[in-house]
Amino acid sequence: MNGQRRPLLEVRNLEKHYVLNEGGLFRKKTVLRAVDGISFSVFPGETLGLVGESGCGKTTAGKCILRLIEPTAGSMEMEGEDITRASFARMREVRKKIQFIFQDPYSSLNPRMTVGQIVGEPFAIHGICSGVERRKRIERLVDRVGLSAESCGRYPHEFSGGQRQRIGIARALALNPKLVVCDEPVSALDVSIQSQVLNLMMELQRELGMAYLFISHGLAAVKHISKRVGVMYLGKIVELAETEALFSSPLHPYTEALLSAIPVPDPEIARERIILEGDVPSPVHPPSGCRFHNRCRYAMPVCRETEPEWKDAGGGHFVACHLR
Amino acid sequence: MIIDDNTKRTMRRLFRNPLTLIGFILILANLGMVLFAPLIAPYNPEEMHLPDRHTAPCAKYLLGTDFYGRDILSRIIYGSRISFTLGLSVVAGGLLFGTTLGLSAGYFGGRTDSFLMRLTDVFLAFPQLVFAMAIMSVRGQGFGNVVFALTVTGWTAFARLVRAEALSLRGREFVQAAQSLGAGTPRILFRHLLPNLMAPIIVQATMGMATPILTEAALTFLGIGMPPNIPSWGGMLSVDRDFMETAWWSITFPGLAIAMTVLGFNLFGDGLRDALDPKLKS
Repeated sequence: MNGQRRPLLEVRNLEKHYVLNEGGLFRKKTVLRAVDGISFSVFPGETLGLVGESGCGKTTAGKCILRLIEPTAGSMEMEGEDITRASFARMREVRKKIQFIFQDPYSSLNPRMTVGQIVGEPFAIHGICSGVERRKRIERLVDRVGLSAESCGRYPHEFSGGQRQRIGIARALALNPKLVVCDEPVSALDVSIQSQVLNLMMELQRELGMAYLFISHGLAAVKHISKRVGVMYLGKIVELAETEALFSSPLHPYTEALLSAIPVPDPEIARERIILEGDVPSPVHPPSGCRFHNRCRYAMPVCRETEPEWKDAGGGHFVACHLR
Repeated sequence: MIIDDNTKRTMRRLFRNPLTLIGFILILANLGMVLFAPLIAPYNPEEMHLPDRHTAPCAKYLLGTDFYGRDILSRIIYGSRISFTLGLSVVAGGLLFGTTLGLSAGYFGGRTDSFLMRLTDVFLAFPQLVFAMAIMSVRGQGFGNVVFALTVTGWTAFARLVRAEALSLRGREFVQAAQSLGAGTPRILFRHLLPNLMAPIIVQATMGMATPILTEAALTFLGIGMPPNIPSWGGMLSVDRDFMETAWWSITFPGLAIAMTVLGFNLFGDGLRDALDPKLKS
């Protein structure tokens, strides 16, 4: 159904490898494969969830898109323009269209700047409006995320975690971006505040029509907000589908295990909980073949040897598994 | 700097400690001598009262006279000008040079960092006094040369401090946030890193006043610092060092002046560090 529309952002075979040591005469070069070839697209106005355990590379992938981290290989296109190797000046223009909301509302705001300065910084950097006009726009943004106009003169430390995240959201919206990469925007907040912030983000999306790339470690949070969901494991996307399809008929054993871990609020419903054995393998030495084979309860000999292909199982439901 | 609630709170915390207050008073007293020397000094510091050589403290000469019959109190008051301006100049030089280097090393990292920090290590490897002596013996006596010698040997503390702080700030997400908005390097350095570095820099600058004052005294004492006709505390010690037993006052009071000034800056610096420590903020 997305076939006829052009994607806003298209990521192809994105890789980010960290060289841990260069190797030498007697030492092998060790490379950490944080992101190891992922592809996905984000369409205008939609929310794509990206889910995975901590350390699977989801944040790295998000930061690569804004070139906060330089990708090792692959390509990224924003509205048809290749931004993988774009110059600083080009990226500056692109950054008006892609913004980032950070995980930690405590370290993502400069403690020495007032809220007004923080929210107004995008205007200052891009030289958009000034004086009274700028102040008005800042106040409108601050008001839109549910803070009072007088907050503008105060410092971040005077605000709670939830309010700080609202400030971060206001800053990300200042330039009217078309895509906002949200890196676990609510996981550092109290549970009671999480849904408030999520609802605010959904309201803003309805109003302003931007797309979200929503990175999270829990499927539950993503279900609420996403249209499509991608599941990451050890630097790869293993399954990508419409939210409903993914939740009702997961195709990858890893997705199945993640789904079974979501608590059900009804004690009457008996459910089989799939407990994954062992830990996530190190991204320095990922398992051969399918990266999930040593923890998969359906593992077959072929899984150990060949890497499963990324294929369409019908209706835009993609999966990388030998079973399907 | 903006006087906000934060600054007010810091000021209140600063003077809660009596030692900090003592340090502050010592610095103020020093500053008073520097600014009003001609008004408060009873005599011309260079005027020799030859019949009154080595007079013990009395009503006429409150702190006694030295070998040439010059009033010790007046010389101490005028000597404060040398110590203070020298301390300020050396700190300003070290701050400018050290902060620039440290900030570049910490922010750019990689090869820039390695190169700049190894350079710092080279300068740190020399004992400061010996290095300063070597420079002075090549360039000769004089205020400008003392400032030069002490700046060349004294900027490393700033460089290392600023580099370490910049390194930890660079990893904070607000720096990445600025980058994601499209901010360039100058903006990140001057609007995001530097304001957050001010607290440790102010502390280091205050504490750093003490070292050049001591080293200048040592250099002048050894005869390679300030020229002998200019009243300086180290010079006063040098002139009368042979008469320590017979004219104790001629050594004791200049020595006390050095000690009190150094103590003042150290106490105040300690207080500042405690007051500005973000971990104490509630």
